[in-house]
Amino acid sequence: MPTPTAGPAGAFASKLYVPTGSSRPGETPDFSALKLVSETGSFQPATDCEAGDTVPLARGLVRVLDDQGEAGGPWQPELSDEQLLQGLRHMLHVRAYDDRMFRMQRQGQLSFYIKSTGEEAVAVAQGMALRGGDMLFPAYRQQGLLFVRGRDVVDMMCHCISNARDNCKGRQMPVFYTWKDGNFFSISGNLATQYSQAVGWAMASAYKGEDHIATTWVGDGSTAEADVHNAMLFAATYRAPVILNIVNNQWAISTPQAFAATGTTFAARALGYNIPGIRVDGNDFLAVYAVTEWAALRARQGLGPTVIELLTYRVAGHSTSDNPDAYRAQGEGDAWPLGDPVTRLKQHLIGRGVWSEQQQQELEAELKQSITDAWKQALSHGSLEDGPHWPVATMFDDVFQHMPAHLLRQRQQLEDET
Amino acid sequence: MSSPSRPAADNADDATAPADSDKLTMSMVQAINSALDCTMAADPTVLVMGQDVGFFGGVFRCTEGLYDKYGPHRALDTPITEGGIVAAAIGMGVNGLRPVVEMQFADYIYPAIDQIISELARLRHRSGGEYFAPVTIRAPCGGGIRGGQTHSQSPEGIFTHVCGLKTVMPSSPYDAKGLLISAIEDDDPVMFFEPKRIYNGPFHGHDNNGGSGSWSEHPLGQVPAGHYRIPLGKAATIRAGSQVTVLAYGTMVHVAAAAIRASGIDAELLDLRSLLPLDIEAVAESVQKTGRCVIIHEATRTSGYGAELVAEVQENCFWQLRAPIERVTGWDTPYPHAFEWEYFPSQRRIIEALQRTLAYH
Ligand SMILES: Cc1ncc(C[n+]2csc(CCOP(=O)(O)OP(=O)(O)O)c2C)c(N)n1
Repeated sequence: MPTPTAGPAGAFASKLYVPTGSSRPGETPDFSALKLVSETGSFQPATDCEAGDTVPLARGLVRVLDDQGEAGGPWQPELSDEQLLQGLRHMLHVRAYDDRMFRMQRQGQLSFYIKSTGEEAVAVAQGMALRGGDMLFPAYRQQGLLFVRGRDVVDMMCHCISNARDNCKGRQMPVFYTWKDGNFFSISGNLATQYSQAVGWAMASAYKGEDHIATTWVGDGSTAEADVHNAMLFAATYRAPVILNIVNNQWAISTPQAFAATGTTFAARALGYNIPGIRVDGNDFLAVYAVTEWAALRARQGLGPTVIELLTYRVAGHSTSDNPDAYRAQGEGDAWPLGDPVTRLKQHLIGRGVWSEQQQQELEAELKQSITDAWKQALSHGSLEDGPHWPVATMFDDVFQHMPAHLLRQRQQLEDET
Repeated sequence: MSSPSRPAADNADDATAPADSDKLTMSMVQAINSALDCTMAADPTVLVMGQDVGFFGGVFRCTEGLYDKYGPHRALDTPITEGGIVAAAIGMGVNGLRPVVEMQFADYIYPAIDQIISELARLRHRSGGEYFAPVTIRAPCGGGIRGGQTHSQSPEGIFTHVCGLKTVMPSSPYDAKGLLISAIEDDDPVMFFEPKRIYNGPFHGHDNNGGSGSWSEHPLGQVPAGHYRIPLGKAATIRAGSQVTVLAYGTMVHVAAAAIRASGIDAELLDLRSLLPLDIEAVAESVQKTGRCVIIHEATRTSGYGAELVAEVQENCFWQLRAPIERVTGWDTPYPHAFEWEYFPSQRRIIEALQRTLAYH
């Protein structure tokens, strides 16, 4: 046993290595550990490449847009002006929605909320690169997928306030959406559980001889969960048609990405499982779209899984329950080297001559207004505190397909009391 | 090498009766923090570990200040992998440390369940007593903060069913500190559940979200500044009474107390504090005296801890029982976001159970 000695870490002279983050309050942000080697101008492998062929992509960074908003390089996707404008619109819509819901939580109208500010390109570009029949197994920060798939914003809000029109019937916390019509899987509060389930879904799709693929998302912190490792092993073993996304937004509540990245990249995790891994600039709408499209094609061709690490930054707090200034330098987001996804796409579109600052402002105003209207409509179906809600006794529904006797008794008891 | 064994905290009656002047007003969060601080100051083998427990001081602030005082090695942030955290804690425990693991929410113990049930709980037994891991697992449990189904669970009954684990749930700052110190100093693994609804004040269970006082106005919010233990396996009598025994723990102690007051019934209220080991003597003595028993817990009913209590009471008090034993519990559904106040055992449900029990002659 070590001999106790006096020291700030306690009575042992500890030799343990404990990682640090990009900044703590009062420090200067330092993203140098991220090794932002741009692979713009490098290669796009064939979809039937070996995992080993992707080593430079797993360790480097795929970009299409440069810092000035100019597109270039082998990953440039074929996207029309209309598609790009649609992408911009979705991202702005998500942002307007997030801002509104965040404010409503502060006013006590929602119990909780999670914003995706700064990482809207992930869900929006990826959602657009997939097909409607593809199944989505998201984490709680991919609300953009719902906008791409056209979910009614009023329905989303009704879920968040658990009112009489909430399709989760008052059972789930805000943001834990479910939407079967949109092939959007019910979100779990237990991190990363969806990751290996997505692989199973993809295996079933292959088993049935279908072309649908599954896509799943997990945060950098959540990659530590065993489910992520299970997913990679199953996906590689059965060459499941699945895209395994890792959204590296630098922080897991107060915990820096270094506590799961172990000094390498998340995309490089894939290589040990013989899965191609690609690290992409997650704030570059075009690059995210292109890499996703490539991985989807691979999956549809029966070539198996791809791991995509999306390098981005969580601008807002983890949720409405935390204050990020308590654990990272104030304004760390401003030092983020890959910019803002909305601004970068806007810049690109202006450069293409199909957009202007004026149009941007008009669109922002329009979306803000439509979110305000949707909120009013949502409230007309009931609020969290005052209802109307689903009838209380519906709490006993859906525990089983058919209600067993003990639940029938309990439901009766509840009804007798109220 | 294993750490030197200590006198089992179970047998220690040393609630070293600190002078009143030593007492500070604390919330349960502060009392837990103080217990961690006291044990870490006294023993370099004690460390806290878990998601966000280090720099940030825990999402509920229970480990606040420990990072500054003891450094990143002893207020150890971890990757988000509950199974990995518990497994590492087992290894550290075997190698002479006393890790206090924080599970961010009790709901997230499940990814660690194999390490807890198959490994931590049985290590001493399977190794013929050669190895043990003095790990304490703390977890905020229970509902009432609009946490929905994955931030509100009460899984204590799962762990009392496992051989080799102790399971504790305090209902006040005073108990939280004394029990946590005992848990950390105990050489057996302890599941330490903290009802987050009462982290900052007692909760009387009113339907309108209200009824929460502050611990500063509560006698059990007066907490000794220094080290003291409350033995594991000793219940507390919250209120003496003659007509019926009420068994509760955690948040429900406060709801039961309020219900008893409102009912005008002369009930005896026991706070079990430790579910395993269970203070069956205190339970039996009380039920033998009153002849009636009402059991209250927030966890779902079927196969819940209440079922174990019913069996124990029946075995120990059969000839004295004058009425069927009642259980008032959460419903057998996942915990609902919008219907917390209907889900909680309410004062009214408790009063009705007391009245039904008394209706037997
Ligand atoms: C199994 C499990 N453990 C812990 C938590 C608590 N928790 C919720 S979110 C979170 C951080 C997740 O960080 P990351 O995966 O990086 O995603 P991000 O929030 O950054 O998008 C934690 C620890 C949980 N929900 N589930």
